[in-house]
Amino acid sequence: MTFALFLQHLANALALGSLYALIAIGYTMVYGILRLINFAHGDIFMLGAYLAFYGVALFALPWWASLLLSLIFTALFGIGLERVAYRPLRDSPRISIMISAIGASFLLENLAVLVFGGRPKGVDVPALLNRVVQIGSVSVLSVSLLIPVCTLLILIVLMRVVNGTKTGMAMRAVSTDIETARLMGVDVDKVVSFTFGAGSLLAALGGILWSYKYPQLNPLMGMMPGIKCFIAAVIGGIGSIPGAVLGGFLMGFIEIMMVAFLPALSGYRDAFAFVLLIIVLLVKPTGLLGRNQAEKV
Amino acid sequence: MMKRLALSLLSLAAVLLAAGCAAKTPTSVKIGVFEPITGANAGGGALEVEGVKLANELYPTVKVGDKEYPIELVISDNKSDKVEAANAAQRLVDKDKVQVVLGSWGSSLSMAAGPIVQKAQVPAIGLSCTNPLVTKGNEYYFRVCFIDPFQGTVMANYAFKELKAKKAVIIREVSNDYSVGLAKYFEDSFKKLTGNDGAILTELNYNTGDQDFSSQLTEVKKYSPDVIFAPGNFTESALLVKQARELGIKTPFLGGDTWETPEFIDVGKEAVEGIVFSTFFATEVPITDTSKIFLDAYRKKYNKEPAAVTALGFDGYLVARDAIQRAGTLDTTKIRDAINETKDFPGAAGVINFDENRDATKDAVIKVVKDGKFTYLTTVKP
Repeated sequence: MTFALFLQHLANALALGSLYALIAIGYTMVYGILRLINFAHGDIFMLGAYLAFYGVALFALPWWASLLLSLIFTALFGIGLERVAYRPLRDSPRISIMISAIGASFLLENLAVLVFGGRPKGVDVPALLNRVVQIGSVSVLSVSLLIPVCTLLILIVLMRVVNGTKTGMAMRAVSTDIETARLMGVDVDKVVSFTFGAGSLLAALGGILWSYKYPQLNPLMGMMPGIKCFIAAVIGGIGSIPGAVLGGFLMGFIEIMMVAFLPALSGYRDAFAFVLLIIVLLVKPTGLLGRNQAEKV
Repeated sequence: MMKRLALSLLSLAAVLLAAGCAAKTPTSVKIGVFEPITGANAGGGALEVEGVKLANELYPTVKVGDKEYPIELVISDNKSDKVEAANAAQRLVDKDKVQVVLGSWGSSLSMAAGPIVQKAQVPAIGLSCTNPLVTKGNEYYFRVCFIDPFQGTVMANYAFKELKAKKAVIIREVSNDYSVGLAKYFEDSFKKLTGNDGAILTELNYNTGDQDFSSQLTEVKKYSPDVIFAPGNFTESALLVKQARELGIKTPFLGGDTWETPEFIDVGKEAVEGIVFSTFFATEVPITDTSKIFLDAYRKKYNKEPAAVTALGFDGYLVARDAIQRAGTLDTTKIRDAINETKDFPGAAGVINFDENRDATKDAVIKVVKDGKFTYLTTVKP
């Protein structure tokens, strides 16, 4: 493989990895606070993308306005989803809330088929983001340059919020021990709502950027990215935000590089992700940056 | 208390059983529409259903013996999934008790239904599924379109003769029987035409539902093929071609009949300008009188040009109706025989005759995407 080709593969991997990282953050945040794997996260990703699409298609809004509105609406939707599907089960066994998440996921997917239609829709990518940029011999789409920047910015902002603000402290408290935090006067409901809102906003952002890079919407578009980003979050250490980002980049990197070095196995591209999950669970179940959570009896 | 409960349950069961066993004389002829209404292939399925429904509007009844029956369409969604396809087909033959099954878009889905219609002895007519295995060895499956060995040769000839291509790269949707089969026939044909066993530089794969093809396409950049043959579902193919152009690959792309859907151009936009593919029918070239009837009715109803597979859906319905009429009975085995005897039937997409494998011998039409529209290029005879 020539160096130029390798650089192209690297650029592809960075673009894909940063998308995965963005979505994985949402998974990890919700898990960190609630110990819940929000299976509906992939569908909130899909919802964000569709809302942004309809903002432009139905209401003729400029793309950035549609994007912002979609972020806000999806965040509110995420908060609403938590209220309806997860809050009533907060004191139930963990398995109940997980089943509720799976149910929410199916509900969203099938509602989307009913409301948006099963046929895929082409997205009108804003011209600014649809340009092919040549850096030396490497061709990238301009939106692919924006995504890693977004992801890293969000990572920095989130780390500051979690470690440097009162809300962040409340989040960490709830994450450590929800009962004690409640006894200490932390408004747990507010913290959980904030977490869901933030996570859903990130999922929506991920969805919209995804739809700019792969301009095709369909109601089940959140399924595969959702699973892969969940794996990414687990690999990086579920509950750790930097871990999610690392996991996301790693997933994208491995997916692309595997096909780059073993093109004969290109059909097994998705399988690599799952094999990676199994390996990580066998070797280091808490993930790369995960904390060793001793179960206090 | 228990005795009363048991007694009432038993009597309820007896009543229900009696009601169920009451002989019901069929009041309509049922034709099952076995198509992907949701899922990755929903676009193609919707087009075929359009054709079938249009034919049902124009010819809503059939004469069986001396009684005129209305034809009822029963739509069963196979969700573009092979497992679900088996369930959907089972529902049509067991629960709905249809006389004929039409469909499906997507050879894998038709192949999933094959054993079921064969066991239930209900004839099925494939509309646009081109993989030879759909009808092979299954005397209950017919099709009104050509098959992939022919289609592969058509595209290989186009590549060799029109594009003067000597080297090609193949990109397959490896989880799709249609794509794998068609790619193989293209490969065999292209190798024979060029007389060069190394004419296919490499073969790359992707899976149904994939959206990122950057690594496969960066691989393609290593070689410099004269043409890329990428038969696959329209959803993935539009993204594939777009990403290829973004990576700076200017090689012409060739595809198969699955590309002719509005979504392909809707998603691909400028990137798919100039790509060429083979299909079944072109509205610019009406073949029979039925073509004109079909085109007039479609244009009146939808105010746009129909896709090729819609014409095939139209034909499938007409062939089924004609066979039921000739059979003179609702017995599905006799209807199957009547379908088998179809001779020189004038369909919208051409004249239909079934060969010994129950496949129709049809011309292929080559189209190109020009100015965001599917434009007719030429017709190729078998």
